[in-house]
Order: sequence, then structure tokens, then C-alpha cells
Amino acid sequence: MLMQAETDTRADAAQDPVLALDGITKTFPGVKALDRVSLRLFPGQVTALIGENGAGKSTVVKTLTGIYQPDGGDILVDGTATRFPTAQDAADAGITAIHQETVLFDELSVAENIFLGHAPRGRFGLIDWATMEAKAVEILRGIGAEIDPAHKLRDLGIANKHLVAIARALSIDARVVIMDEPTAALSHKEIHELYELVEKLKAQGKAILFISHKFDEIFRIADRYTVFRDGQYIGDGKIADVTEADLVKMMVGRDVSQIFPTRDATPGDEVLRVEGMSHPTEFADIGFTLKRGEILGFYGLVGAGRSEFMQALFGITAPSAGTVTIDGAVESIRSPADAVDAGIVYVPEDRGKQGAITALPIFQNVTLPSLGRTSKKSFIRLAEEFRLAREYTERLDLRAASLDTDVGNLSGGNQQKVVIAKWLATQPKVIILDEPTKGIDIGSKAAVHEFMAELAAAGLAVIMVSSEIPEVLGMSDRVIVMREGRMVAELAGGELTPETLVRHAAGI
Amino acid sequence: MLQRLITSREALLLGAIAVLLALIATRFPGYVAPSNLADVFNDTSPLILLAIGQMIVILTKCIDLSVAANLALTGMVVSMINVALPGLPVAVILVVAVTLGAVMGMFNGILVWKLDIPPIVVTLGTMTIFRGIIFLISDGKWVNSHEMSPSFKAFPRAEFLGLPMLSWTAILAVILFTVVMSRTTLGRAAYAVGGNPHAATYTGIDVGRTQFWAFTISGALAGLTGYLWVSRYAVAYVDIAGGFELDVVAACVIGGISIAGGIGSVGGALLGALFLGVIKNALPVINVSPFWQLAISGGAIIIAVAVNARASQTKGRIILKSAEHAT
Repeated sequence: MLMQAETDTRADAAQDPVLALDGITKTFPGVKALDRVSLRLFPGQVTALIGENGAGKSTVVKTLTGIYQPDGGDILVDGTATRFPTAQDAADAGITAIHQETVLFDELSVAENIFLGHAPRGRFGLIDWATMEAKAVEILRGIGAEIDPAHKLRDLGIANKHLVAIARALSIDARVVIMDEPTAALSHKEIHELYELVEKLKAQGKAILFISHKFDEIFRIADRYTVFRDGQYIGDGKIADVTEADLVKMMVGRDVSQIFPTRDATPGDEVLRVEGMSHPTEFADIGFTLKRGEILGFYGLVGAGRSEFMQALFGITAPSAGTVTIDGAVESIRSPADAVDAGIVYVPEDRGKQGAITALPIFQNVTLPSLGRTSKKSFIRLAEEFRLAREYTERLDLRAASLDTDVGNLSGGNQQKVVIAKWLATQPKVIILDEPTKGIDIGSKAAVHEFMAELAAAGLAVIMVSSEIPEVLGMSDRVIVMREGRMVAELAGGELTPETLVRHAAGI
Repeated sequence: MLQRLITSREALLLGAIAVLLALIATRFPGYVAPSNLADVFNDTSPLILLAIGQMIVILTKCIDLSVAANLALTGMVVSMINVALPGLPVAVILVVAVTLGAVMGMFNGILVWKLDIPPIVVTLGTMTIFRGIIFLISDGKWVNSHEMSPSFKAFPRAEFLGLPMLSWTAILAVILFTVVMSRTTLGRAAYAVGGNPHAATYTGIDVGRTQFWAFTISGALAGLTGYLWVSRYAVAYVDIAGGFELDVVAACVIGGISIAGGIGSVGGALLGALFLGVIKNALPVINVSPFWQLAISGGAIIIAVAVNARASQTKGRIILKSAEHAT
């Protein structure tokens, strides 16, 4: 690491950073979020900030944009130590951030969104609408976007909203642009347009801080990298000098090759058969079978209708046609309760919002879908309830002082365990995992994969919806590819290659 | 466990009531005599009954503004039935009151569940509709004491073990709903729906159906209270219990029931109602003007909400390994 730092100094001697953090420390009660970290951003260069969840990336973004005040260390703008007491001060210094979920106003026009807070003024200090719209067009053209500035923002697609957010960033004459996972919600094509835009910003001499979990992206557009781990600076340098493995090693502090658990793939009897499942607007003609102990992957681009189909299979939305057969018996699934009774459970993508009930204690969360078994004539038997909760939390090695603890007081990882324990306690036959590793760090991913393999080995049939090709290839026995609401391929064995998946998903 | 008990909202509120009583006792010792406290409890019983129903509704992220109108309409209907059929036993009157109240609650519930109308709008509407119906069926006339049969008026006053039936009704409701909320699947569903409706849906709990039953319970309790109210005060007219729904919501808020749903208990509703009841009964006794009474009740609500907000703020997540076993 020391060696890397030295080579760096020499390489960058020609150029000074426009913005730098030097020894920044930020402490929250009981947690040191940032411990003397350094970060340097150079004009005309993209710096990727890399780190696992909890490494301190978002704390850095908030420090740079004036939302958090550091407890120690310096923020250097053009080499001069500065403070940003408010977000406006950071904006005045030319620092702007484009967040993962755009922070814009749906009911205002595109031009208003771009110039909110610093609209051009005319006579009597009133907003000069003509100038504002003209300037908006100019900025949008500059980034290659043809959007009518008079349109309401809510009429735009997600990609165009991103462009508006970027235009807003440019309208305040930003010198530093922070992009926090900007591609998370974009499609393949839109991501490519974003890359082109980043190139344009670079050409204009902006310094860009790019935060992403995806290595292919980082190697595609970043010039430099900075790695954080557990709130500490680990190293930085030129992307050209490192490999993906080097970065992963710096991130996790150990060698992690993305190895998936080996599984003895001898599926048992057929447990689930879906035939001709259709929905008026979301998907059509979905049909497949699933065997005990099998992991079936569902791959497709974001918006291909995979989650929508799963929600129909789980009874949240009503399909217009189709049958679901479980263990040879046709089941009528009209509500999630029916699905749970039939032995299907669904672990949704947004586990925070759709998972745990934080105001209730652990044991009540775990037994919630199994109350039918822990109660007699709708009277809950507490002893039985505790027994069930203890059995499944112990199986998942959930550490908490007492099952009486409110779930809201648990850490994120333990909350996830509560949600999974809750589903396993229903003794399902089929478990649907929607993006099971989305947004979690590499170490936890391996644990989730291990756990999925265990579930399959225990005889559960697993459906995994995933947009990550390595995960789909590494975990699935078979893969169904969906495109625009239809099944376009069912692949197994030698057909399972990254190329075939992408080809079917994109329709090439 | 003991520490948890002491720091709970209910214990705090109980302490506040004790302090309040002690303060009143310094100026008017007779107020804390057991017979007077029993009177205060009896006076507060209608509020307790309605607060329990309201608590369940608020728990599911809804609100029922129609309870007082439901009470008044049920009270008028049972009074008119009593006038028409004076021989009808009180047991039948009670069944009619509870059923009629429940039906009105179901009407609210259906609108919220099936038509997805915001509960505050639904119950604001039904509140006005119920009051309007009272006017239509009574022509705006009163049903007075002399028109009611003696047995009709006697029930809430009848004493059992030294307490009137009105108080016993409230006590029974507290016990019944403590069990319902903590030990039945419906009670558990109410907490889950209010705590996280999305998660509840994915768990297989029907959010709308749970809200429907919450409104039904609230309506049934309002209906029951309707009979007790008109028989105790021996009069029924369009405007009885006007504005009482706000006292009911206030009792819930003081009792630590979160307006955002998912947090609350029957004990909290009981103590919140008692707190308001003690204040309302004590202020005239110690010669405080009625205008101050309103201001003091309002102040109590704001203080209670501020205390609850602070209490939930200081809690942190347990992330540190050392903290996992400390609690």
C-alpha cells in the first residue's frame, strides 16, 4: 500500500487536485464512520470510490456536499482548507451530487427543476422565464438531451430524469460532480448514454467522483480509484495499474475469488408446475416446472417483467390466465395468504420496506405468517410461538439478547435474518428470492449464496430472480430468460454462458 | 425486564396521573377519596370504551372520526325503540346497540377497504351522515327522561360489588381487548398492518380486511356506549357527545398510541382516557375556569406527544457486539 501511494505522488505531480479530503474523521455516537480518510479529485478525470457497504462512501458524499460536518481533518478546494457549514456553501464552491434516486420535483417543469434556487431574475426580481428556458435548452443540448424544458418532470422517463438531474448539476457551473450509483435504475442502453455523458463532462474539465458496486462500469469509465474499508482509506491510484482482483483484495482485505458453493445437483420430484400464466399488461404465457432441490434462475433486463410475474405467482396481483400446480394439485392462489398455504413464499427485493415490521419484537415477526400453526381457534399460544421463533432464529445463528427485542433495534444484517427466518418457519416448498444479493457487499453475498445452496440441499425448490450474470450462472441449475414480459429462453448445462444470456435478454 | 416495565410509556403515564392526583389533593383532599375516584372512573368510562376502539383503528394506520356521531345515532335509535316498546328487556337493547354500532363501523370499514378512500375522509363523511340521520328519524326532537322506561335508565347505574354497571362495562372491555390485542391473530395482524403494511401484505395478511375489523370493533364499542350514554344522562337528541371524537383521539395520543400506526396498547388507551378524565373532573373542583380547562387539556396532548417522540428518538440500533447482551 505504501508503495502504491509513492508511485501515485510521482504520477500526479504534474496536476493538482481540485478537491481533496485530508485526514477527515467523522464520528457518530458509538461508530467511527470515517477515520482519517483521504480522497483526491482531479479536473478532467473520473475517480471511482470503491468499498463494501459500510465502508464510509455515503458519509464522504455527505461531507463533501455540506450535509455532515467532519470532526477532524481538512477539506481542500484548490489547495485551500475550507468548511461547508451548509449544503449551499458546497454548491457555491462548485460541488454537486447526482444521487441514486434523483431528488427532483415531479410537478415542476424541466426548466424549473434545473434552475430551482438559482433561477435567472428579470425586472423587479421576478423569474425571467424566457431566459430560463433558453438556458435550459442550451444546457440540455450540451449533454446531448433533446427534452422540452416546458414539460412537467413527471412526464419523463427515468433516464431523462437523470439527464435533468445532471443538467441541474451543470447549471450551477459545477467543477466537481459526484455520481452516487447513477446506473442502478438504468437500462443497458441508458447506461451507455450515461457513459458518453461522463466522457463529455470529462472533456469539459470537470472532476467526477463515481460511486459504483459494478466493476465492469468502473473499468469502463474511471481513470483513478480510491478504496475505503471500514471507514478507513486503503489506497488509491490509476485504474490502468490494477486488476479487478487487486481492487477486490483491497476492498475486503483478503483474497475473495467469487467462488460459488458447489452443489450436488440431483433434483428430486417435480414440485411446482406453472402453465400459461398471463397478465393483461405485464407478462404473457409463462410456463415452467421446478423440482425439489433445484435452483431456477430468472434473468432479464430491469423491467423485463420478472418481479411482476413473481408477484402474480405469490397472489399479490391477479393474473388473467394460467394454472399453478403444486405437488400434483392445482392451487387457486388469490392472495399471499393462499400462496403461503400452498407452500410458496416470496422474499421481496425491497426487504427494508416489504420485509420486517420494526415495531414488533423478533418472535412476533418470525411467527407472523405461521400464526395459523401457533394458534388454536385464532388464540395465540405463546409457548408454541416462542418455540417456533427460537428454532428458526437459532438455525440462522441470529444473535440478539432476547427474542423480545424489537426488530427496529437490530442491525441490518440481523433484520434480514429475521425476515428469512420468518419465511422458513412457514415450512415452504418453493421459495422465491428476488434479487437476493442486490446492494450488499461481497462478503455477505457469499454467505447468501451458501445459504441458498443449503436451502436447495434441504429439498426446497428455489426460484432466484437476479440481474447479475455471475450470480445467475454460478447458482442456477437452469435459467429462464425474460424479455418484455415473455419467456424467451430456457437454458441449462452448456448453454449457460454470459453471451447466450445477454443475447436472449437483449433480443439480439 | 423490570427496567423495561418501569420505562414503558404506560408506567410513565401512570406516574403522571399519580403526580396529578397528588397535586390536586394538596388543594382538595376529598378528591382522592376512593368514592370520588370511583366516580371519576365512572364518568370517564364512555371515553375509555371509545378510546379502546379508536386505539385499534389508529393502530392500523386509520382514524375514526365518526365514533361520537355513531354513539349519538345508536343512542337515539335505542331510545326510540324503548319509547315504542317499553317492555323490551335491556339485554335485547344492548344487543341492538352493539349490532347497530358495528354495522355503522362496517360501513366505514367497507369504504376504506373496498374503495380505498382515505379513512379521515370516509369518517368525516359518515360523521355528518350519522348526525343527519338522527335529525331525520327524530325530526330534531328530544327523547326525554320521562319517556324512557325505568329499566332502560337503570342499567348503567345498577351497582355490582359497589361499582355501577357503566364502570364494569369499561373494565370488562379493557380486559377483553387486552386479550384480543395480545393473544389473537386479529390483534397481531392490527400491529403488523400498522407497523409495515407492505411487509404485512407479503406475509399474507390482508391489510384492508384487518382495517375493516378495526372499524367494526370501534363501531360496536361506540354503539354500546351510545346506549350507556343516553340511559345514564336520560336524554337523547341530535347533538349529544358533539365533538367527543376529538377527546377520544386525544386520549389515544396521550396514551402513547402512535398516530402513524403500529404502536399502542389497550393499557395506554385506558390511561390516556383516565388522564383526561382526571383533569376534566378536577378543574371545576379547584375552581379553574372552563376556558383554562380547554387550554390545559390541549397542553397535555402536546406534552404527551413530545414525550413520546423523545422516548422513541433516544433508542438506537444494536450494532455493537457489547450492546447485544446489555439490553
